[in-house]
Amino acid sequence: MAGVREGGPRTALEAVFWRRLPISGWPWRAAAYLITTLPVAVPVSVVLASPWLVLLDRLAAGSYQVGTVVALVLCGVGVVAVCGPLVAPPLARLERVRLLLVDRRPTGAGHGGATWPTRTPWPTRARRGRGATGWWSRLRAHYTDPGTWREVAYACLLGTVAPVVTTAALLVVLMVGVFILSPLLVRAQPPGSAPVALGFGHVATVGQTLPYVVGGVLALPLVPYLLTLLAGGHAAVARALLLGGQVERLRAELVEVSRSRLRLADAFEAERRRIERDLHDGAQQKLVSLTLQLGLARLDLPPDSPAAASIAAAHEQAKQMMDELRQLIHGIRPQILTDLGLPAALADLADQCPVPVRVDADLPGRLPSQVEHTAYFVAAEALTNIAKHSGATAATVTARQAGAVLTVEVSDNGRGGADPQRGSGLTGLADRVAVAGGRLLLSSPDGGPTILRVELPCDPNHPPFE
Amino acid sequence: MRPQPSTIRVVIAEDGVLLREGLAGLLERFGFQTAASVGDAEALRSAVAEHAPDLVITDIRMPPSYTDEGLRAAVELRRAHPGLAVVALSQYVQHRYAADLLDSGDGRGVGYLLKDRVVDVEDFIAALRRVVAGGTAVDPHVVSRLLRRRRDPLASLSAREREVLALIAEGHSNAAIARQLVVSEAAVGKHVGNIFTKLHLPQTEDTNRRVLAVLAYLRSDELER
Repeated sequence: MAGVREGGPRTALEAVFWRRLPISGWPWRAAAYLITTLPVAVPVSVVLASPWLVLLDRLAAGSYQVGTVVALVLCGVGVVAVCGPLVAPPLARLERVRLLLVDRRPTGAGHGGATWPTRTPWPTRARRGRGATGWWSRLRAHYTDPGTWREVAYACLLGTVAPVVTTAALLVVLMVGVFILSPLLVRAQPPGSAPVALGFGHVATVGQTLPYVVGGVLALPLVPYLLTLLAGGHAAVARALLLGGQVERLRAELVEVSRSRLRLADAFEAERRRIERDLHDGAQQKLVSLTLQLGLARLDLPPDSPAAASIAAAHEQAKQMMDELRQLIHGIRPQILTDLGLPAALADLADQCPVPVRVDADLPGRLPSQVEHTAYFVAAEALTNIAKHSGATAATVTARQAGAVLTVEVSDNGRGGADPQRGSGLTGLADRVAVAGGRLLLSSPDGGPTILRVELPCDPNHPPFE
Repeated sequence: MRPQPSTIRVVIAEDGVLLREGLAGLLERFGFQTAASVGDAEALRSAVAEHAPDLVITDIRMPPSYTDEGLRAAVELRRAHPGLAVVALSQYVQHRYAADLLDSGDGRGVGYLLKDRVVDVEDFIAALRRVVAGGTAVDPHVVSRLLRRRRDPLASLSAREREVLALIAEGHSNAAIARQLVVSEAAVGKHVGNIFTKLHLPQTEDTNRRVLAVLAYLRSDELER
């Protein structure tokens, strides 16, 4: 089987209108798809369509007893309603894999065509059962999921229409083959046997097969189109029913994921504040008190006593620990930010930067805690980068609030060329900003200047950016 | 200046119980008398009204809002009781706090120290005594940050002159500076003279005025920012 060229059609339906179709691999793929349809479809027919087949049989036999018909219809509906949702998901998984034979488009999951498209397997799929646990609620969620019923619809089509149409198409192909080979068939007959039946008539001699051969040869070029068209049609239905809901489901899940990410970020922020407060009110206070006691004890000991050296060492160590603890607390959440807000904290940052920094922070009031912290983090990272890499002699930090958007801009007169690809912490910054629902813009041409601009929604639950 | 009583009477305002007790113990050890120790700014105001202390040591960040209650109370108290010595303890460097304090009253008898400074017991007590005596105590950290922030106007100073300026800004006298730098007091005097000339500041004899002059200079610079 020839591989499908890059740039060629991506689905069997597209391939039907492709010039190179007859010499491409598409007809073979289509044939493989159609042939494998039958062994998949027949068991489905047996499970889901048996009451309907019995009904058809009765009707065909001229049996019109109302009671029987009603019973069979109810039975048919019941089987589909109860068994359908159980049979359809594994079938749908198989069909999505088979679909790759004739549909090379990326699936809704956003992956390349080479990846198996999958849905989250039942029962973990039960999105609506969030919060509710237990087998029953998951089952209910499964039975009420529109995706499940799309799969059931596909199973019904596969169990009824698909075998009929596919068989018919394969018979046509078989017939074309038989027509073309008919002279051989006639010659292979032992002399004196009955004429060979060939579709529309009977032939007894090789000469009589001529119209069939001509017809078969004329029809032969159409066979690839027939196969590809049919497989393409089937694939389109399969894609619509099995993957159509995927896109909208993914969109819904994306929204949910963004929201939960936001909730997580909020929870982290709250946790950070709690830890900062706990450390400050607890460990830090106790450590200061301890160090103070040691300092006092030191005074009361004669300088040449054996204890004096140990107490002095303990006092020094306690002082170092105080310093480390203060820095730790600062790293979790700077106290000046908690107490006095963003402008004061930015001024403090600027004070500590080895490069002279001008701060212009004019804000109408306090912002949500997470917004403040993200803005502070951005400015801190940017100033660190400036001090480390830019070679700048001056920098500016501007913070402004316009409507529901806080804009923080950090610029310097350094050499520029800041590149997120080279991992200068810019990627981490962008992630941090994205979590807060904001966006980051960087302009850093070689030779400078570098401008880093971050826009943060002041109410992260209603992000103004898509 | 009010007459110095034999023992210095102190009111402590600090919301952390451990540190409050620690401070009281420390002061007692050095012969101060703790008239009252309280946990918030409101209690501080009434304690000062009741006990008329010589010195107030107050945390800046106190309940209910945990921002600058202590500072506002301190500034208010100094306005109401001229001559009341106040040392404010801060968790972090905030220039505006230092400036507000130095602006209150006539700038005499104030201190602005980082909280962690209390564990260097002797230095802390020395700073308290200096403030009670009408001097100034500014945390070395605050001073070094102020000095570092603006290099240009100080670029003309030599390394030694900067060192001296930093010590002046912390509130040390010429004699103390001479001891610390292990030079003669006359040499310090010369450095100080040079500093004031280079920074275009009129020289006076008053230690306190020198600090104010230096800080005022640096503050005017801050306003430009």
